[in-house]
Amino acid sequence: MDIARRNNVTVTGTSQGRTVVLAHGFGCDQNMWRLTLPALVEEYRVVLFDYVGSGRSDATAFSEDRYDSLTGYAQDVVEVCEALDLRDAVFVGHSVSAMIGVLAAGMAPERIGAHVMVAPSPRYIDDEGYRGGFSADDIDELLASLESNYLGWSAAMAPVIMGNADRPELGEELKNSFCATDPDMARVFARTTFLSDSRDELKSVGVPTLVLECTQDVIAPREVGAFVHQAIPGSTLVTLDATGHCPHLSAPEATNQAIIEFLAALR
Amino acid sequence: MCRTGQQPDPHEADDEKTSSPAFAALLEDSAEELYESAPCGYLSTLMDGTIAKINTTLLTWLGLEREAVVGRMRFTDLLTVGGKMYHETHFAPLLRMQGEISGIAMEIKQAGGGRMPVLVSSVVKHGSTGEPLLIRTTVFDARDRRAYEEELLRGRKAAEEARKQAEADRARLQDALAVLQQSLLPDTLPEVPGVETAAYYHTAHPDRLGGDFYDVFPIDGKRFGFFLGDVCGKGPQAAALTSLTRYTLRAAALHDPDPVSALTTLNKVLHERYAGSGDPRYCTAIYGTFDPDPDTGQVSVHLASGGHPPVIAVRADGAADFLPTPGGLLVGILPSACFTAATTVLAPGDMLLLYTDGITEARTGEGRTGLYGDEALLAFAADHAGKPPPAAIQALTDLLHSFGDGLDDDTALLALGVPAPHPRTRSSR
Repeated sequence: MDIARRNNVTVTGTSQGRTVVLAHGFGCDQNMWRLTLPALVEEYRVVLFDYVGSGRSDATAFSEDRYDSLTGYAQDVVEVCEALDLRDAVFVGHSVSAMIGVLAAGMAPERIGAHVMVAPSPRYIDDEGYRGGFSADDIDELLASLESNYLGWSAAMAPVIMGNADRPELGEELKNSFCATDPDMARVFARTTFLSDSRDELKSVGVPTLVLECTQDVIAPREVGAFVHQAIPGSTLVTLDATGHCPHLSAPEATNQAIIEFLAALR
Repeated sequence: MCRTGQQPDPHEADDEKTSSPAFAALLEDSAEELYESAPCGYLSTLMDGTIAKINTTLLTWLGLEREAVVGRMRFTDLLTVGGKMYHETHFAPLLRMQGEISGIAMEIKQAGGGRMPVLVSSVVKHGSTGEPLLIRTTVFDARDRRAYEEELLRGRKAAEEARKQAEADRARLQDALAVLQQSLLPDTLPEVPGVETAAYYHTAHPDRLGGDFYDVFPIDGKRFGFFLGDVCGKGPQAAALTSLTRYTLRAAALHDPDPVSALTTLNKVLHERYAGSGDPRYCTAIYGTFDPDPDTGQVSVHLASGGHPPVIAVRADGAADFLPTPGGLLVGILPSACFTAATTVLAPGDMLLLYTDGITEARTGEGRTGLYGDEALLAFAADHAGKPPPAAIQALTDLLHSFGDGLDDDTALLALGVPAPHPRTRSSR
């Protein structure tokens, strides 16, 4: 199997530099990192990819059986790392991807040497003694929102969704394309993401870890950032003066600075 | 347009109209008034989502006071939880990356606990140096539209379910048909000492049970029976007729192997079964026996035909002739019918070829206007004289394939041959 094509892998930056893997979360694709990329390419080798079922991945590789748990997505990460033979890479994961990175590191510890967690959440649904921010009913509402929006089901999006890697010009013309996904695959990713509970896995993280949170984040409230920070021994927590769930887009300078400082300290 | 005499001509009345009170009121409709009372919601937020400005229309929809909203709430506070999540995972990233996004379906929370479906469009206003300053958002009432879309989605889901069900049904049906079709034809032909056999069946339509049949079977320690035929029609009724025909012939042959006698029994059975049914059905068939003589290596063949095209006897020396069976009636049409018998002897290297009219009535030539025909088949058979039955059947199979879509009927082929004593080259043709 051609993993590079399946996961639409992009490798850029400086080939001698340490490898930084940028992993998008639920919703869009690797384009989410476009404001992060310029800060890294001078010194680091940067690997971007789309999870199967997102962006311009090979949709035919999708199966509900594999991707109905975060392990399936972590398998994607491990396979991308293996395909590029990455060692000791820094895994930058947004939102649920931070947890996928933890699972991937558990499966292939030699591949991942540090974590940067951007607005991570190990569990989105409230639990006893834990505030994730959502109820189970909220997840159903999100699924309804996915279903009622054209980003998911417009026929005009179909060429992009079907992953026309051989005809990229089809995708370039379409606005919104990088957040457009096949509704069935988006539903699986949404369910897998928002019903996941990776709290127990956090303890297993034994490599340097930076946790980035925003002051105002609907998806990952500050309690969650504090929880992640406390659960990972020796981790660093940075609260960005940013709102929303995507500080790498809403506050790119502050986000980049925090990441760069963390990377520099790793050496 | 219908005007009464009292009404002034609209073209002449321009001056009058622009000075009318309504028009004056329109002119006095300020930008502020347009903003506040527009038929859509307006909203301006800071880049962090804090609401800086909101119009009366949207406030009315929300059931909120301006003081409770401006500077105190963020845009996402107006949304349902699902909408908030969608906003954070799709809307906000796209807006950040593109500077605008339009027509996104969301629901706003109303003060009374209700939810109102809306379509949201946003655009980022940039400062003179390109830095993003604020987000302008319009909110359209999408209640009727959403109801319509939900109908469409429901319809699509139902259609999708129906399609899946239909596909599953079709697959199941095809499996069943394939099993039935197999039951109408022998899996393999039996080993016959001193005789070599080969057969081929071409199915014109995979999902339509065909009406051709053939078989070869032992009668006693010495003789073997064989038959090949064509029932009228296609589909389940034809398949039922085929099944009845096949097993009747086999049973009749055990009772009395004489060919005319076996076809007469079949005729009675079919007539009894179908004549009074209002759906008279019949078949054409060749039925025969062959009796190998181990001493001479020759095989004597007795056969009879009920309305079926004559068999072709292909001799080792290259001669090929029809074995005439004229006057035999269709089997099952009349209460009593006469059938024509014929006999021949096959010497080593000779072959008997049985076929249905699918091959002779295959359409050929430009525009598929001609028929392949009896004579062409006879010549083709002569060309393959001396070949063992499997090779002859393979050549005929290739011929059938070469007809392409000109072959639109099921076709059965059966060849019975006496092996040549030793390989030889034909001296003449």
